[in-house]
Amino acid sequence: MLKVCLSGPLKSAADGAASVLVSAATIRELLRKLVKQYPQMQMQLDDGIAVSVNGEIFRDNWSQEIPEGAEVFLLPRIQGG
Amino acid sequence: MADDPKFKDRKFKMVGTRPPRPDGLDKVTGRAKYGADTFAPGQLVALVLRSPHAHAQIKRIDTSKAEKLTGVKAIITSNDLPDVTNGDRELYDTLENCLARDRALYDGHAVAAVAAIDEPTARKALKLIRVTYKILPHVTDVDAAMKPGAPIVQPRVYTRGVSPKPTSPSNVAKVSEFGHGDVEAGFKAADVVVEKSYKTEQTHQGYIEPHACLASVGPDGHGELWVTTQGHFVYRNTCAALLGMDVAKLKVTSSEIGGGFGGKTHVWMEPIALALSRKANRPVKLEMTRDEVFRGTGPTSSTSIDVKIGVKKNGTITAASAELRYQDGAFPGIWAMLGAMTAYACYDLKNVKTLGYDVLVNRPKVAAYRAPSAPMAAFAVESTINEVAAAIGMDPVDFRIKNAAKEGTKSSYGPTYGPIGIGPTLAAVKKHPHMREKLGKNQGRGMACGFWFNFGGETCTDLNIGVDGTVTLTVGTVDVGGARASLSLIAAEELGIPYERVKCNIADTGSLGHNHMTDGSRGTFSSGMSTIFAARHAIEDLCQRAANTWEIPVKEVVWHDGNATAKGKKHKKLQPLSLGDLAAGSENTGGPIAGHSQIVADGAGVSFASHICDIEVDPETSATKVVRYTVIQDAGKAIHPDYVEGQFQGGAVQGIGWALNEEYIYGDDGRLQNPGFLDYRIPVCSDLPFIDTQILEIPNPNHPYGIRGVGETSIVPPLAAIGNALADVTGVRMTHVPMSPPRIRKAIKEKQA
Repeated sequence: MLKVCLSGPLKSAADGAASVLVSAATIRELLRKLVKQYPQMQMQLDDGIAVSVNGEIFRDNWSQEIPEGAEVFLLPRIQGG
Repeated sequence: MADDPKFKDRKFKMVGTRPPRPDGLDKVTGRAKYGADTFAPGQLVALVLRSPHAHAQIKRIDTSKAEKLTGVKAIITSNDLPDVTNGDRELYDTLENCLARDRALYDGHAVAAVAAIDEPTARKALKLIRVTYKILPHVTDVDAAMKPGAPIVQPRVYTRGVSPKPTSPSNVAKVSEFGHGDVEAGFKAADVVVEKSYKTEQTHQGYIEPHACLASVGPDGHGELWVTTQGHFVYRNTCAALLGMDVAKLKVTSSEIGGGFGGKTHVWMEPIALALSRKANRPVKLEMTRDEVFRGTGPTSSTSIDVKIGVKKNGTITAASAELRYQDGAFPGIWAMLGAMTAYACYDLKNVKTLGYDVLVNRPKVAAYRAPSAPMAAFAVESTINEVAAAIGMDPVDFRIKNAAKEGTKSSYGPTYGPIGIGPTLAAVKKHPHMREKLGKNQGRGMACGFWFNFGGETCTDLNIGVDGTVTLTVGTVDVGGARASLSLIAAEELGIPYERVKCNIADTGSLGHNHMTDGSRGTFSSGMSTIFAARHAIEDLCQRAANTWEIPVKEVVWHDGNATAKGKKHKKLQPLSLGDLAAGSENTGGPIAGHSQIVADGAGVSFASHICDIEVDPETSATKVVRYTVIQDAGKAIHPDYVEGQFQGGAVQGIGWALNEEYIYGDDGRLQNPGFLDYRIPVCSDLPFIDTQILEIPNPNHPYGIRGVGETSIVPPLAAIGNALADVTGVRMTHVPMSPPRIRKAIKEKQA
């Protein structure tokens, strides 16, 4: 079971929870299960999202595997100049 | 493994050298083709009619007289760009921003466009279009827009990020909270708490080349677009979606680019040019004037920020918080959210909380500007950091070093840091001779730190080997700052051939798989990684061909210094086969030799910088001149150091202009008062000293060469570095950017009073 930390607008999409527990082996599985648990999260996913796994930020690679016990943060997708 | 992104330390032969850039000759001789430099047979000239009002209902647009004018071939309004966005909120915002629908939302909002045989005719036609407006109340200030009773900019926008879900529209589009720990407990534990409020004004990226494009759409639904952009693949997708075209039927070619800095990551008038061309069935050229660039494209946010920092007398920060209010223009963005994420990223904080408010006002849609949103947050935080250090009698550099983030620090925006460079940049500041140079009369010194995320993304690269052994490298990320030179160096390094044997081209969208834009400091990081992989695939092929030629197993062949070499004593009679040898014989070994890579380049390393600044303030006029400036930044690995230094210098110069001069000035009527470079003054060479640089190389573990992005971070510290230098020389803490002579004089007088 992964502890997934939420911040920014993602927190309010999860009823204000700072973290949620999800069983997932990949980013894709994690996001699928989160949306099932918190349907409002879909709007955040549509806006763009990034996932930090042990400090490494993944914006696009949803096949990325997540090791058991990893530090996982869901972050809004950022833009750059 | 060819596609392993993990960093491996190695000795480089090509990487780290400084050969001439391949696009240099064309650029200095005027041969380079920018957005406005291409032409098509029968092309029309397009002009755009823009709203003179900050906020107005568009009751009627009468184009009948203009349509009758000889030489006018097409006129479009929003009716010619029907909504095919299928509920995509962001895409609809883009559509409405390109061409106003029922309301004009800011001074300069496009309401109609004309394509005619020449510019005088198009100009006459614009004057014949009659728009009936009903002027509505407007708001252009971020704090005023948040007050109860402020005019609502977008009735369809309800605040996101709050619970419960609001039931009425608001100018606060989004609230974003970041942080960890207990800030209230942290402030209680502090010996000293400093609170300050700041404002920063809106600035434009100020790229020298205005937006320009040549669009051509035929009756068969096929189209082409030549355009100055930071991301032609993204422009293709967005334009195709807005016009209801098939992506594959719109070919977009990026011209050379005369600066972008984030402003050319969004479409502005390109869909208009395509729609005009579709209606006229002729190619259409559309170039913006500088006035239009200021009024009708995307500057950065103006802001209002409150900062609170608590500290122990021994210099340990116990808590830090900030409330950041950023205006997004007339369409929701993520700019305050980015400010809230970056504000305290340089520090190791037990208790931290930031709240970002993205606010709508009647100004142009805000776009990214080099490390978007970070400079304003850094101005507020880094100014306060100096105030806190002074309050406890500690040297501001030592104070920063004591509280700097490091590997294992839980960042203020969430994740735990890997190896990072803030500590080393601060250590370099301490050692730098600049810090020991004696200051002159009326001079002061300041320093400040800055952070930016960097990111990677979708990237596709081809590497083709010609029959003479020269290499064509084809990438899809636009070369904004010397990337073709850097990527050629990388290809040469991998293949073991001279730099001069590689030619790097930027492909059009019909010639390569999708590439994300050149933004987020990703160009050399992403396309560099993709180039390495493509070259390694080509080397695998080359080794196989050598093995076939020698009739030995491929596992007995290695690639070394540009040659296939057979391993072991038993093959000592086999002379190495060079890239040229294998290329010359390719016809009989399998045909063309190529390498390809299609990747998502994730794992971009975060970037930190520390800047030192000396200024001189005229005691009579308060005019401020930068007399010495040093940028120290972590590059991960500098592939072509000239262009890394160029990025450091360019970012610093833009930050200096922002700090001292640049601002959008709106009148009470909501109209922009200074849409030109005479009244909106950016720094020029004669205003500045040589910007000194020091490159640090702390490898990014997620790139084969250790590359981090370098393009953006250096714009982050200058605002605060100059503010801190001003405080040093005048004794006054400036809290409003730009720190122009009238503001400095006012602040000094207020202190003296």
